[in-house]
Amino acid sequence: MEQIAFTCLSVFTLGCALGVVFGKNAVNGAMCLLLCLAGIAGLFVQLHAYLLAFILVWIYAGAVVALFLFIIMLLDMKGGQAWRFRGIQTFAGLVTGALLIAGLNLLAARGQVPSGPPVGHGVGSSLKLYAYQLFTTYLLPVEVMGFLLLIAMLGVIVLSRRIPGEEQAR
Amino acid sequence: MTPSLQAYVMLSAALFAVGFLGVLVRRNTLVIYMCLELMLVAATLGLVAFSRFNGTEDGDVFVFFILTVAAAEVAVGLAIIVALFRARQTIQVDRLDSLKR
Repeated sequence: MEQIAFTCLSVFTLGCALGVVFGKNAVNGAMCLLLCLAGIAGLFVQLHAYLLAFILVWIYAGAVVALFLFIIMLLDMKGGQAWRFRGIQTFAGLVTGALLIAGLNLLAARGQVPSGPPVGHGVGSSLKLYAYQLFTTYLLPVEVMGFLLLIAMLGVIVLSRRIPGEEQAR
Repeated sequence: MTPSLQAYVMLSAALFAVGFLGVLVRRNTLVIYMCLELMLVAATLGLVAFSRFNGTEDGDVFVFFILTVAAAEVAVGLAIIVALFRARQTIQVDRLDSLKR
């Protein structure tokens, strides 16, 4: 049963990812990204990471994709080709992708990686344990992350201001 | 029967490869950015799978931080794209080639 769900979810996710890459319209690409993120949230649920699945839907599907759609709406993107299949670049991409898949497959098959069933009851599902980790072991990263968000906010404010002399420079 | 760790790692790698291909072949900066997000999410899937199969919490906590950084990164990146569009009237990567010359 779990295997069937995994297969369905992975095919769905990969299909939507291909939709992002090969969709001609940017809005369709954003919608495919949304569905792809929903598929990955389903996979997170299968991995018993319920909190992360929730955060993924909340932050990514809620905020990030909405922001993307907003910017697509804001910018006029007509004209120009959607793709650029310059031989060497596409070739490099395909080769790198194949090598990546082969290498990780080798790692998962032969490396020092547990090949057995999952351990425990899914530690990611316990919110209390998660919060305990965040505020003891990872307290400094949490602080740094808060500071980073502040810097990002200031950066966006500075970037979105109209630069004086911009009209003349054009 | 539960899917193996190898299946999850393969799926994560395949998603990453698809995102990478998109970064290489697309010409619209916004779509390239979406493909970058796809690569980031593929990496988080691998982290969560490893965390689950090892019975540790650290991968999950790390994904939490990745999601936070990604949110900040998207905001700044899209602001840069909008600023770029205001300055150059285009976001096609082929026409943003001032540094080439």
